[in-house]
Amino acid sequence: MMDKFRWYEKLGIYCGLFVFLFYIVGPFIEGFNVSLKPLSLLFSSPYRFWPENPSLEAYQTMWVNVPLLGRYMLNSVFIGIIATMMGLLLIVPAAYALARLPVPGRYMFLNGLMMVNMFSGAVLIIPLYRMMRTFGILNTYAAMIIPGVAFIIATGVWLLRAYFLRIPKELEEAAYVDGASRLYTLRRVILPLAAPGILVVAMYCFLTVYSQQFIYALTFNSKSEYMPLAVGLHAFFGRQEVSWNELMAASFVGIAPVAIVFTLLQRYLVAGLTAGAVKQ
Amino acid sequence: MNHERGARMFAYALLAPAVLYVAAIVAWPLVQEVQLSFTNAGLAKTYSYVGFDNYTKIFRSGFGEIIWRTFTWTFFSVSFKMIIGTCGALMLNVALPGRAIFRTLTLLPWIVPMAIGIFMWGWMYNGQFGMISGLLQNFGITSGPVAFLAHGDTGYWATVMTDVWIGTPMVTFYFLAAIQSIPRDLYEAAWVDGAGRAYRFRRITLPMMVPAILTMSIISLISTFNSFDIIWILTHGGPNGETTTMVIDTYKVAIGSYKYGEGAARSVMVGLCLGVFCLFYFRLVNRLSSAEQL
Repeated sequence: MMDKFRWYEKLGIYCGLFVFLFYIVGPFIEGFNVSLKPLSLLFSSPYRFWPENPSLEAYQTMWVNVPLLGRYMLNSVFIGIIATMMGLLLIVPAAYALARLPVPGRYMFLNGLMMVNMFSGAVLIIPLYRMMRTFGILNTYAAMIIPGVAFIIATGVWLLRAYFLRIPKELEEAAYVDGASRLYTLRRVILPLAAPGILVVAMYCFLTVYSQQFIYALTFNSKSEYMPLAVGLHAFFGRQEVSWNELMAASFVGIAPVAIVFTLLQRYLVAGLTAGAVKQ
Repeated sequence: MNHERGARMFAYALLAPAVLYVAAIVAWPLVQEVQLSFTNAGLAKTYSYVGFDNYTKIFRSGFGEIIWRTFTWTFFSVSFKMIIGTCGALMLNVALPGRAIFRTLTLLPWIVPMAIGIFMWGWMYNGQFGMISGLLQNFGITSGPVAFLAHGDTGYWATVMTDVWIGTPMVTFYFLAAIQSIPRDLYEAAWVDGAGRAYRFRRITLPMMVPAILTMSIISLISTFNSFDIIWILTHGGPNGETTTMVIDTYKVAIGSYKYGEGAARSVMVGLCLGVFCLFYFRLVNRLSSAEQL
């Protein structure tokens, strides 16, 4: 009763949603249209939204211009997975300690950790560049992965700590009373129970590295065999004559696998990311 | 006593890897950055200390303008994200057919590498053949093509709108979760008392969303202030530096021209501005946690 909307109210909401979603999805629709247009039709005016003679030609010809596309996609996923694993190794123990163990100044620590994210962009690019050069790992996967991992720790710890707090304390106390060591309790009692939370944090880590970290791969690596998708296609984008239809076709092929997986997982991802965040 | 101490040692052991990692990759470089900002470091192997030369130099070369631009750019972008995110969350919260699909679509910009979304915007802003200019002409709003990225003012707004596009999904979903966590009894009580929808929104939804909006503004402020990809890919800070923010400026000087010392000084300025935001953040956290205890 209370939530009932009159028909004109519903119409208004649908109109609003249409505008909102057009803003969000519009670039993808337009990008997809472009990928279906032959180059000659692309550069023609007046502007037409729908492609006139749609063809999948660009999806074939792009392989000539972007021969390494498959490699870029694998690199992206590889960098994301390694960074996620490194991230989890650091996040899981820290989050558990901050949720359950007596850490002096815990809240100061948690807030201080958030400050790390302030420097995630270009602020530290110079010292990091010099550091990578000193260790001789410029132009390797390591140079793209190591800096990025530092900037998923804070949010990861916050998210996972919130999850740990929801696990009943009695379970570990029981194990502890039974004579299990702390490490054993953590490994055999807590971690299995926290698996769903760890999975959400893993998804967060992967997505952040995969979709948001561009600058490290752009700056610390110049070998095209190691480039992740975004940087690989950026080199293509930067040329004088951009074959837009091929760039868009390559983009859509490139993002498809991960986009499909996360669309299927989105229910868990959204619930997990927002659950701990709002309550506080 | 012994039990307590053992627990604390165990805690330190568990925290150590993360703390050491952050110290090595964030804290130590930060120290080095400040140190570098007082040198004339460049491509050469050796460098010497030059005192505050880098700082006086950057302030003599129109740095104030870049700071101002960065602040206004961030302000507009964050404000739009909050407004659009709130509207989006409210609409996605309404039980309508198709809601699940709408929510999935909203997530899209977030699960795609940022740079690829930016390429698509780059095409849309194209003057001759892009969608926005094309539609504006088709509807007769502008008489000729508008090359958005070729002019300072349109380039500025074009980059803002792209940044808003990238930030909106996260803000929307965060707000949606905040709306859903408002107890239903509040609405029911108000409804029984005859409060209309607008009144319930103003007196229940909006006040209950305030903590979420504040938290998100700060998080969004920090990431927007640090935003690099969008401007770098779309305009490289041009034309004539009219879309150059502090981060872009730092990158151009340091990585583009190999002036590490001067670049470090510019980075330190970015860090100082972020420090101010951080201060606000801590005050906010304190206010919120003391409000919670009431």
